[in-house]
Amino acid sequence: MKKITLLYLFLSAVVFGVVACEALLPAAPADDALLDGPIAELTPEQNALFLAGDVAFNDEIFTPATGLGPTFVASSCGSCHAGDGKGTPFTTLVRFGQHDDTGNQFMERGGPQLQNRAIPGHTAELLPAGAAFSKFTPPANTGLGMLGALSDAQILANADPTDKDGDGISGVPNWIDAPDYFKPQWFHKPHNGQYVGRFGKKAAAIDLLHQTVNAYKQDMGITSEFDSEDPINYSVSGQAGDGVDDPEVSTAKVNAVVFYLRTLKVPVQRTPTDPMVVAGKQLFISLDCGKCHTPDWKTPQSDIAVLSDQTFAPYTDLLLHDMGAGLDDGYTEGRAKTTEWKTPALWGLGLSQNSQGGRVFLLHDGRAHSVDEAIRLHGGEASRSVEKYAKLAEAERGKLLRFLDSL
Amino acid sequence: MRTLYFLIGPLLIQVAAHAQPDAARPISTSVTAASAVTVPKPMESDSTPMPKAFADLFYRDSTLRKGKQEKGALKINMDATYDRPFLTSTKAPVSIGGYLEANSQYMQTDGVTDGLSFQARRMTIFLASTINRRIKFLSEIEFEDGTKEINIEFAAMDIELTPLLNLRGGIIMNPIGSFNQNHDGPKWEFIDRPISSITIIPSTWSNVGFGLFGKKYTANWVWAYEAYLTNGFDDQIIANTQNRTFLPATKANRDRFDESFNGVPLVTLKTAFKRRKWGEIGLSWMGGVYNKFQVDGLVLDQRRRVDVWALDFNTTLPTGTFINSEFVWASIDVPPTYTQQFGRMQQGGWVDIVHPLVKKTMFGWKKAVVNAALRVERVDYNVGTFTETGDPLRDDLWAIVPGLSFRPSPTTVIRANYRYHWQTDLLGNPPARTAGFQFGFSTYF
Repeated sequence: MKKITLLYLFLSAVVFGVVACEALLPAAPADDALLDGPIAELTPEQNALFLAGDVAFNDEIFTPATGLGPTFVASSCGSCHAGDGKGTPFTTLVRFGQHDDTGNQFMERGGPQLQNRAIPGHTAELLPAGAAFSKFTPPANTGLGMLGALSDAQILANADPTDKDGDGISGVPNWIDAPDYFKPQWFHKPHNGQYVGRFGKKAAAIDLLHQTVNAYKQDMGITSEFDSEDPINYSVSGQAGDGVDDPEVSTAKVNAVVFYLRTLKVPVQRTPTDPMVVAGKQLFISLDCGKCHTPDWKTPQSDIAVLSDQTFAPYTDLLLHDMGAGLDDGYTEGRAKTTEWKTPALWGLGLSQNSQGGRVFLLHDGRAHSVDEAIRLHGGEASRSVEKYAKLAEAERGKLLRFLDSL
Repeated sequence: MRTLYFLIGPLLIQVAAHAQPDAARPISTSVTAASAVTVPKPMESDSTPMPKAFADLFYRDSTLRKGKQEKGALKINMDATYDRPFLTSTKAPVSIGGYLEANSQYMQTDGVTDGLSFQARRMTIFLASTINRRIKFLSEIEFEDGTKEINIEFAAMDIELTPLLNLRGGIIMNPIGSFNQNHDGPKWEFIDRPISSITIIPSTWSNVGFGLFGKKYTANWVWAYEAYLTNGFDDQIIANTQNRTFLPATKANRDRFDESFNGVPLVTLKTAFKRRKWGEIGLSWMGGVYNKFQVDGLVLDQRRRVDVWALDFNTTLPTGTFINSEFVWASIDVPPTYTQQFGRMQQGGWVDIVHPLVKKTMFGWKKAVVNAALRVERVDYNVGTFTETGDPLRDDLWAIVPGLSFRPSPTTVIRANYRYHWQTDLLGNPPARTAGFQFGFSTYF
């Protein structure tokens, strides 16, 4: 055999070896390395509905011909939640127009959300002068079904508006006016005609249908049976919608997306028995972080069987807390004060970089670029915990951060 | 003619290349009319003086066929339209031919597979005829994925005035890069087409239009040019369900064979040079306006351009190894307030290396060849940085495809490929890894 032939065979073998070093066929990443995927033990019918929602959420790309815009933020759900994880500054939203509990004063000027992009031939919105605003980085979607299955009574049990226990941590629900299409379940408890919000940075969405309908409209400019008006740029006189017949997404598809969100698995903690992780969790509790980032919950009975009687650890109490002047953007939603933010779930925190392009953008607007920075930016009700954290020895802080990274 | 030389001549680039033995080259059975360098005896009388090369075509071509192979003729990618085996046999007034390709594949992405699939990727039928002296017709009708897509990819009339000046009109393949012109399945050792050639250059990319082409040659080199005005792109290139700037989205607009989307023609220019022993290099550009900027005289938007540049090169090394490559860059004027999801600049390319391992009589087929092949390809659908963070926009892909092929004859290839590629999303998150095996064939008939 000629030398050149041997050379080519050798080079081919090298190339083959390089690509085959992992395996000839790429294996699935470990379950605890991914945020997406369904809850185990869905029925075949539920799996089919989950898949329909998965396709609508991750694969359906809206275009001007299918209703995108005319002003919008993103062209698909998946654009903001890659791998069902957190978003990045690229798809960070701007909400504006409300500075107290009297409601949004800029609804006639494009509130409550800025659509900073527009389809060709249309003009994107600009923030109206004088409007209070805040930036919201898209959150992860995982485990939302578990949070949605909790009863209002469970959430309200942790509320302490007057800080009766004197620990400096209160926690209040955000009472929200329900949209017309909202159908209360047995576990919803109205108060003066309002319901406990549990989704969104300010807990302004009561359930996942409420959240989904708002996202279709405010993020993508997609109308549905539930909300049939396109977002338009109020600063452009005479501007109409996108000219596409409404609704632009079917009710079946919206419902499939809601089911998808309800049945996404919960993040799987990595190395939970690592001594550093165990010690870090003890520090987390001893620093009172767990008083807002409540670890342990159990769902009551749910209309989706696999969501019933499930014990899970999202590390949130779904309540609003005063986070201090440093995180006060001057904007709010519902009855929340501008300093108040809903406690974000911490599960999946360690996988944030896998959906944020290898970096992390934490807190409500992505201003923190590490977990340590995010902790130190806490204020208000979290001040005492942050002071304790700052006084920890380097090694101790390392344990706490290792624990958070394992979530 | 001097003007043409003056305009296109500066694009001509001379590069090193080497003569290509047919063992490594997939197809080498036919030659083009215009590239002929020997003039056989006339088969019919004709008192009209005509250029040497054109006479060569005319006298030996009752339809478009060549009665014998022209040894030593230099062929370049531009010649691929007529460089097909169905044009080398029989004496009927209309030549009929085509090719078929089918394969099976088993692919897996990050542990998830759809299992084993069988695919009839395309069957293409050629019809061609010499209508009159120096007037030719050739068409290519393609059935893709069964009958999911049926396209007239090429249906043009060529009128040769001189070898350096031919007129072409009809449905033509825009000469951008090399693959769009030279895409027949049996010519390739790989089951998948090069990704940048089908997703940045929308191969097979053909449109209605008119233009000129021609070539100048000697025994050792050939220089050629092509220049066309055709219908072009539409705004689907930035308004599509791929969620990225995607020039092939325009192919969904069947009206482009009926009328221009915006009344502005797409201009395509290509020049190529080939020197025996060195190889062939081609430079091409295609540009035009893609959006509907006005209707009924009312201005809807400013004119937004799409421009595509391509560089192609192929050569054969003294070892018999055939190297083929194409690189492409696309610039798209996307409205500034449209999402950065849709790239303003794209780039990509591929390099194929095909080396003949064995060439001998096998299973009764004389000069059958076993080739080892390797393709490396790269596509970046969104070149630039995020406005918000300054981080690089990604949405890119790397692929490596080793393979083996068996050619019982130059017109038939049986091929086995292993494909592995890494695809990174816009944000730069961990790439999705896809790999798998493909086995199939492609043959002219």
